[in-house]
Amino acid sequence: MSKEYSFYPGCSSQEGASSSNYLKSVNAMCDVLDIKLNIIPDWNCCSASIGYCGGGELPRLALSARNIALSEQHNAGQDIVATCAACWLSTKETQERLDSDAGLMSETNEALAEAGLKLENKSKIRHMVEVLIEDVGYEEMAKHVKKPLDGIKIAGYVGCQTNRPFGIEGESFENPKYLDKFIETMGAEPVENYDKKVSCCGGALAFSEPDKSQLLIKDIIEAAYDGGADMIVTPCPVCQMNVEVYQDKINAKHGTKFNIPVTYYSTLMSVAYGKTGKESGLDGQIIRAKQLEAIASK
Amino acid sequence: MTDINTGMVEKYRNDFLKEVEANVEEGDWVKMCMQCGVCSGSCPLGSDWDHPPQELFMMIRAGKRDEVLQSTSMWMCTSCYNCIVRCPRELPITHIMHGLAHYATRLGIEPKNQPTRQFAQLFWDNLAKNGRVNELWLGVNLYFMNGFVNGIKVALGMAGIGLGMLKTGRLSLKELVGGHTVKDKKGFQAMIKKAQELEAARIDN
Repeated sequence: MSKEYSFYPGCSSQEGASSSNYLKSVNAMCDVLDIKLNIIPDWNCCSASIGYCGGGELPRLALSARNIALSEQHNAGQDIVATCAACWLSTKETQERLDSDAGLMSETNEALAEAGLKLENKSKIRHMVEVLIEDVGYEEMAKHVKKPLDGIKIAGYVGCQTNRPFGIEGESFENPKYLDKFIETMGAEPVENYDKKVSCCGGALAFSEPDKSQLLIKDIIEAAYDGGADMIVTPCPVCQMNVEVYQDKINAKHGTKFNIPVTYYSTLMSVAYGKTGKESGLDGQIIRAKQLEAIASK
Repeated sequence: MTDINTGMVEKYRNDFLKEVEANVEEGDWVKMCMQCGVCSGSCPLGSDWDHPPQELFMMIRAGKRDEVLQSTSMWMCTSCYNCIVRCPRELPITHIMHGLAHYATRLGIEPKNQPTRQFAQLFWDNLAKNGRVNELWLGVNLYFMNGFVNGIKVALGMAGIGLGMLKTGRLSLKELVGGHTVKDKKGFQAMIKKAQELEAARIDN
């Protein structure tokens, strides 16, 4: 029987948006694993972690509260699942904050009433990697591998917000192992002791403080090369974009010769599960993942 | 100085800590800081802050109101949450930084040309309009936030990346007009307005 979840895709996964390729690969992966994602009808932006300047506290809480309320109304009883680190984090933070502050909860419901909604705040908020680890399990994930990713060495870049402050149950903040296990389960080789596994890529400050952020990104890529990586894989849309798209700029500024593909865990899984390059979102790579393309077209 | 700022100065006189506790998101945690400095040492942009978090916390207690609220420091926060998970007293440091930045903005005394301040405001205005982020307009507004001539320069510098995103279907010109939106825009905007009113009422009282 298929597993059903209330799905919060988030702005960056929409058609023509920066991580639309992530959503493609997630859909391909979920198809194989018999996971059904019921999109929260009319979901809105969570304001990520950069909306604070204009947003303030209550309006930001109201954003995520609206999504949870819509989910409780339309996808009753289902856990909310997000694929974007910031979406997951904001939604989970909102749930926790409103749970611990009755005053804010009542004001949030007052605001929601303007949109005809009411928040119970009882849904479980989860990241897709939690669904894979806890509900599917590594054994089941391995069972569906048709084309093992033999001979590819991959740096598992977990980044910040999938890891802190909540993280994944049973994993440490300083050295979480699950992404390495995903890589191994798909038949590829993880970089051991990847130095920058949980370092920050600059997040939204890649836009506003490009020079400072590109120094952080440079370290993340350099450490991957130092570990002998052919490519980098991440669970976060902002990490993916920041680490992939600025490589030319960093090369021009710092004399490096970076040209390393950065994909999502779900891209690896779709390819290993026998999906085509297109279904796996490989056509969304600015730096093409040629080794994955070769396996996908086998 | 803006009216609301003058009002707050008068209301709290020399007790800036009390002002922060009452008006800044998670501000009541500030007094818990024991000055160990782990937050500052854990920050990816730590060396770029005029005053790292632990220093800001002490400055708040010392009543350095202008120095804190007009600082560019908290605008350096990348929201990586390193400080939060490492703080031995479990202060929600990331949220306090966001809270200080927002409070300074509310008072109208934030550093106006700080780039992250500008981008953060653009991001909020962008999402508040249709309920979902329009990445194309976010980019365009970002490049042109320091004027037209500079904008052309920045946009040309970013053209390679923009083209790459367009070619791979990760940026769409369809977003120029209309673009993604929530269906219940009226309800969405009424909700935001109400939340803003409730928050303003809490802070002004």
